[in-house]
Amino acid sequence: MFKRATNHQEPAVQITVDGLPVTARRGDTVSAAILTAGCVEPYRYTAVNGTPRAPYCMMGVCFDCLVTIDGIGNRQGCLIPVSDGMVITRQNGKREIES
Amino acid sequence: MQTADVIIVGGGIHGCSTALHLTLRGLKPILIEKDYAGRHASGVNAGGVRQLMRHIAEIPLSIRSMDIWEKIQDLVEDDCGFDSHGQVLVAEDESELAPMRDRVAELNLRGFNHEELIDAEELRRLVPAVAESCPGGVVSRRDGAANPAQTTTAFRRMAERRGARIIEGVRVDTIKRDGGHWYVTAGSEVYSAPVLVNAAGAWGGKLAAILGEPVPLEVVAPMLMITSRVPTFIKPVVILRGRKLSFKQFENGTVMIGGGYLGRAYPDTNETDLDWTQLKNNARTVWDLFPIMREATIVRAWAGIEAKMPDDIPVLGPSRKHDGLFHQFGFSLHGFQLGPGTGDIMAELIATGNTNISLEAFRPDRFETADIGDKHEH
Amino acid sequence: MSFPESLHAAYDVIVIGAGPAGLAAAATTAEAGLRTLLVDENSAPGGQIYRAITTSPLKNSSILGKDYEAGNDLVHTFEKSGADRLAGCTVWSLDRERVVGLSCGGEARLIKAERVIIATGAMERPFPIPGWTLPGVMTIGAGQTLLKSSGLIPSGRLALAGQGPLLWLYAAQILRAGGHIAAIFDTTPLANYISAALHLPGFIFSPYWTKGLGLIREVKRAVKIVTGVTRLEAQGKNKLQTLVWEAGSRTGSIDLDVLMLHQGVVPHVNLAMAAGIKHEWDAIQLCFRPVLDESGNSSIKGIMIAGDGAGIGGAESAAERGRLAAIDTVANLRPDALAQIPSRDNVRNRLAQTMRGRAFLDHLYRPSKVFRIPQDASTIVCRCEEITAGEIRASIAIGATGPNQLKAYRRTGMGPCQGRLCSLTVTELMADERGKSPEEIGYYRLRSPVKPISLAELASIPQDETAIKAVVRG
Repeated sequence: MFKRATNHQEPAVQITVDGLPVTARRGDTVSAAILTAGCVEPYRYTAVNGTPRAPYCMMGVCFDCLVTIDGIGNRQGCLIPVSDGMVITRQNGKREIES
Repeated sequence: MQTADVIIVGGGIHGCSTALHLTLRGLKPILIEKDYAGRHASGVNAGGVRQLMRHIAEIPLSIRSMDIWEKIQDLVEDDCGFDSHGQVLVAEDESELAPMRDRVAELNLRGFNHEELIDAEELRRLVPAVAESCPGGVVSRRDGAANPAQTTTAFRRMAERRGARIIEGVRVDTIKRDGGHWYVTAGSEVYSAPVLVNAAGAWGGKLAAILGEPVPLEVVAPMLMITSRVPTFIKPVVILRGRKLSFKQFENGTVMIGGGYLGRAYPDTNETDLDWTQLKNNARTVWDLFPIMREATIVRAWAGIEAKMPDDIPVLGPSRKHDGLFHQFGFSLHGFQLGPGTGDIMAELIATGNTNISLEAFRPDRFETADIGDKHEH
Repeated sequence: MSFPESLHAAYDVIVIGAGPAGLAAAATTAEAGLRTLLVDENSAPGGQIYRAITTSPLKNSSILGKDYEAGNDLVHTFEKSGADRLAGCTVWSLDRERVVGLSCGGEARLIKAERVIIATGAMERPFPIPGWTLPGVMTIGAGQTLLKSSGLIPSGRLALAGQGPLLWLYAAQILRAGGHIAAIFDTTPLANYISAALHLPGFIFSPYWTKGLGLIREVKRAVKIVTGVTRLEAQGKNKLQTLVWEAGSRTGSIDLDVLMLHQGVVPHVNLAMAAGIKHEWDAIQLCFRPVLDESGNSSIKGIMIAGDGAGIGGAESAAERGRLAAIDTVANLRPDALAQIPSRDNVRNRLAQTMRGRAFLDHLYRPSKVFRIPQDASTIVCRCEEITAGEIRASIAIGATGPNQLKAYRRTGMGPCQGRLCSLTVTELMADERGKSPEEIGYYRLRSPVKPISLAELASIPQDETAIKAVVRG
């Protein structure tokens, strides 16, 4: 959904999203990295009706950016910067914790 | 001046249920509520519909109420979010199980069979996620939970539809008795009726004192937390007695965590304080008992303003001071399930002068030898 | 990130939010020698307006503009001030005893301050149109955040819709960054030009005048503009595909990959409301805002509010209001240090200058009713619980009288965003439907935690904390 406007030289950060390798840039938030990767759409499905969603506000108020990061669910992806080796899992419907 | 058959003060589950049941007996009640129906304890409690672990004196009341709960849709044309997956009291170790065994035996002797002792295997079947170390517990299989705000609102709505007058956002200023009638001033209006019901919940003690019948009521603010949606893993309501916990997963996946940890109540301003150092302990208990919940998030927390009596049972029945005055308050953190039934009994009492349920244990004058202070003034 | 060893158990001042108001307030109290902690949930300082000012990959001002660079001075002054800063740290509770609940790196703490300055700023007003929950629909603020912090621009076909200075600024930034905008749908009601004209004299002498006109000209040269837009509907199956629009009698549709919406900003009131601070309805800015004295003192002793969270005034006035709150704090806690910081009169004068022209903008960009109160029954109002305008109207019809009573009928406002994205809509919709004022209808009763806290974090609060209370409305 997004692309980089500049060829800036920020170091690359390697993460995985649902097992897929994604290259982000240092300074990206988790949400920015997913929206730029393009390979993982939709961003998530809601827990209420299972409808597709993507981040809406990118400033921590809408909670449409929720993801599981390194095993911990319901993290606000728009507030958390990527770091090397981060394992991100999309939240699909009610799978907020593994039963 | 507006006249009616009965004036009810308080628009909680009890006031609304009494109003509805009075209309079913052909009487015209007026209900006066200072905020709105279900604003306090009745709208924000944990929603437990529980016969389990009740005081012996309350059991007949609770059973009568349960019969109504099971046909709640017929009464109020709303399912009230009621489900009946049982309530389970979990023993964390053998020392907690022993008194449970004694209690169930005593209930059986008295002819009550709703509580059933269960072993570790049955406990695990009912509550698969509970920690391995728990040796058993007690189940009450007809119990369950409902949505308290939805329920109270449904009773209010149906009472109004059947002819009750519901007056919200108006505080009772003065109450006078003259010539067999009560005169209640509220807002700019005077209401008059031969019968007055004090169903004012946490404010019921103040009202009783004004009417010359003080009781030692404490105003408290039990706290609750609710988590984000998690996969369904538990059907019954789970309660603990050693460490305080009540635990309930709703159909939508959210989990309510309570247990009677108290915040602080400010009944004059409708405010409550949450005490996070207490809620932390509540969280620890869940952490220990339900490993599956460790990654869950708390999305909301709140406290409601409730009345608590020293013996943890309500003040319920006719006044010992005045004719035409009835009390129905002080349900001590477990009045929600009783609401439908006590409304029925109260209406019966008012309409016929009698009920076959013994209210002796709930007499307002039972504390007279005790030291009665106005405990709700902090 | 977790709590540093150097974190104190108590502070003279805790400032919440590292935007212009928070940075200026914390720098000023720290310069006066008060032990100051600045807490912010983002990893880098700047707030929204100066987001990523220290870390943005867009190194020169050619894209983001010169005004953005002003954030550098604020951060620089703050860093020299000696205040502590906790970044990536969420404030989830605040009470009338001024105990702040913090979570950071999977742990939680309760920390007390003599003074708390809330500088949590603004958020974009909800923009409930049919289809606004589809992936591909986001706010213009969201787009600008991605641009500032990661140098990202939308790929595919982009349209902007709505009104307000941010729309034109972002459009210009996207064009300068080499992006393309298929169309802009301007929802400014035509009548606003007349009501705003009364306030034009004040605006002509404000810095917004020339800057604003310049931006609009820059954008209009490159982008198709549809004015007087009266209806918008985003359509698509699993993501945005088409925007259908109406502008009076004109209609049309456009295929899109990204639609960005904006109709101004409103104070972000959740934390202040959960603390029990009194708020009132602002009939001009169409939002609730805290009741404050001139310095920013709220209805709760020792808790102040500065910046856009106190009422929308923009970045420059936010910094001045942050300083005013700080000066009042120093005057109370360490009056002998007042000589070391700017004088109240100077700050007041600068604040007055920055507020010039505000009335014009408030009137010109007052969003129209059709975009505040959804007309289509199927429009989602509560994004978290997926409750539509039609469902809310049906609940009102059978007895729901206000936002809190509505919860007994629908789960509006009970999801993770805690009403941030639906509360204004619910209040205005109920007021409209019931013929009452938004003030009479009121707002959700908000409570801590104002942001979700994990069970693990809550369980991690150290045992030795003394009994500490958080205030909510019961």
